[in-house]
Amino acid sequence: MSLATEHIAFNIEKIRKDFPILKREINGYPLVYLDNAATSQTPQQVIDVIVDYYSNYNANIHRGVHSLSQEATEKYEQARISLQKHFNAKKPYEIIFTSGTTHGINLIASGFASILKEGDEILVSALEHHSNIVPWQMLCEKTGAVLKVIPMNEDGSLIYSAFEEMISEKTKIVFLNHVSNALGTINPIKDIIEKAHSHGAAVLIDGAQAAPHIKADVQALDVDFYVVSAHKMCGPTGVGILYGKEEWLKKLPPYQGGGEMIASVSFEKTTYADLPHKFEAGTPNICGGIAFGAAVDYMNSIGFEKIAAYEQELLEYATAKLLEIEGMKIYGNSKEKTAVISFNIAGLHPYDIGTLLDKMGIAVRTGHHCAQPIMDFYKIPGTVRASFSFYNTREEIDRFIEGVKKAKMMLS
Amino acid sequence: MSNIKEIQQEIVDEFAMFEDWMQRYEYMIELGKNLPLIDEKYKIDENLIKGCQSKVWVHAELKGDKLVFTADSDAIITKGIVAILIRAFSNQHPADIIEADTKFIDDIGLKEHLSPTRANGLVSMIKQLKMYAVAYQTQLN
Repeated sequence: MSLATEHIAFNIEKIRKDFPILKREINGYPLVYLDNAATSQTPQQVIDVIVDYYSNYNANIHRGVHSLSQEATEKYEQARISLQKHFNAKKPYEIIFTSGTTHGINLIASGFASILKEGDEILVSALEHHSNIVPWQMLCEKTGAVLKVIPMNEDGSLIYSAFEEMISEKTKIVFLNHVSNALGTINPIKDIIEKAHSHGAAVLIDGAQAAPHIKADVQALDVDFYVVSAHKMCGPTGVGILYGKEEWLKKLPPYQGGGEMIASVSFEKTTYADLPHKFEAGTPNICGGIAFGAAVDYMNSIGFEKIAAYEQELLEYATAKLLEIEGMKIYGNSKEKTAVISFNIAGLHPYDIGTLLDKMGIAVRTGHHCAQPIMDFYKIPGTVRASFSFYNTREEIDRFIEGVKKAKMMLS
Repeated sequence: MSNIKEIQQEIVDEFAMFEDWMQRYEYMIELGKNLPLIDEKYKIDENLIKGCQSKVWVHAELKGDKLVFTADSDAIITKGIVAILIRAFSNQHPADIIEADTKFIDDIGLKEHLSPTRANGLVSMIKQLKMYAVAYQTQLN
């Protein structure tokens, strides 16, 4: 057992047994999965819940009188409560099931179309996933509002003083990620939320990259909206949640029309259903929602403090080892960051490194990580990104380092 | 001068000699390093191939009745892939390039060893070479 595991009493061997995929071999080598910031792996406990759903109580929810429907409804609502407790929302109905983070962001951006008027301002950070900037650009086109970008420092942190200068009474909503997907930077969202509120602006936080590492307390943060995806938190793809403060969710119009979101319909008038159903039109990803609840329960059974401490040790270990390699440049060195390392080696293309690592059974992400503004800032086409999870080990990092060295030798 | 089919067979035979894909990649990197480079003045956006995640530029020109390709990429493995294609198709009659089949790519087993984005890029590259051939064939007629 390594020092790290003794230090925080983290039973890594036992944890790894929960993840059947970690036994896979890729190109003749045992898999080293370091693309956790894109999608985390799924423990047997969550897989069992998915199998159980389709084997035993697959049914549509909320309107059936039969037993299966009631069972499915109960499990789905229990999952909502698991998520409510995890994020410490005041009420279960402040948790809206979505298809993922992108859906949550679009839901809010589209809702603000009825609130914004010409000349209002929207602040976003330079660290955003670029697809998440698009809904705000569309909102600006529709309303005449203006999009402003909070700039970043060389180390990948936001320039807080610039934010302080930019925010004003014109600002209606501030949008930024809790943690940057490309660099791992943890943003000072508590300060930003407080400052935004003092100017009467709402704040939407993209928690997709933070949620696997940091347990966000939405009441302590006093955040207006917080969105996450299940597939980064040991859950399935295609499901996520939007947390919204009750008063905001009541104020915003529904996003989509359809079943579940209506109380009564006539050709003259439709009355919208109460929260959360107002925002959950159509048959949702029932199994996904239930599995998401199970995934969060699983991560809590290990403990987020332990997860964060262990991942931080992995991050420090890998960073130190990588920096021993000549020509190594790591992007994003802010003091507060999650277990993500974005890097390049002088003279080498990230795709080449990623391709050769894959041949050695090591999964990393290469490219611009959907954060082209960040890549433009550093004037690079992309990076290699290794992102660690609590089920990774030092031994895997050693193999990763050896792989990078070998790739470098082959490519130079 | 060998015809396209013979060259393709040579490439397939060369790849079959290696024991594993790490060695094949080493060979592709070698090919990439030796790729006859495109003239800097042709490294322009119009010559970029769409559908590749790394940048690939291809230039074609007629020398006599044969079409000659030069290329470059910012990623070395991509350069190696381009080098294989250029070896198979460059310095041939446009009509032969148009008609050539590309089964040799499957015979090498290259496609399933590329990431989906790279495999798409490979298809785009072949399409682009053939489109150049079509364009120059009409000039020759």
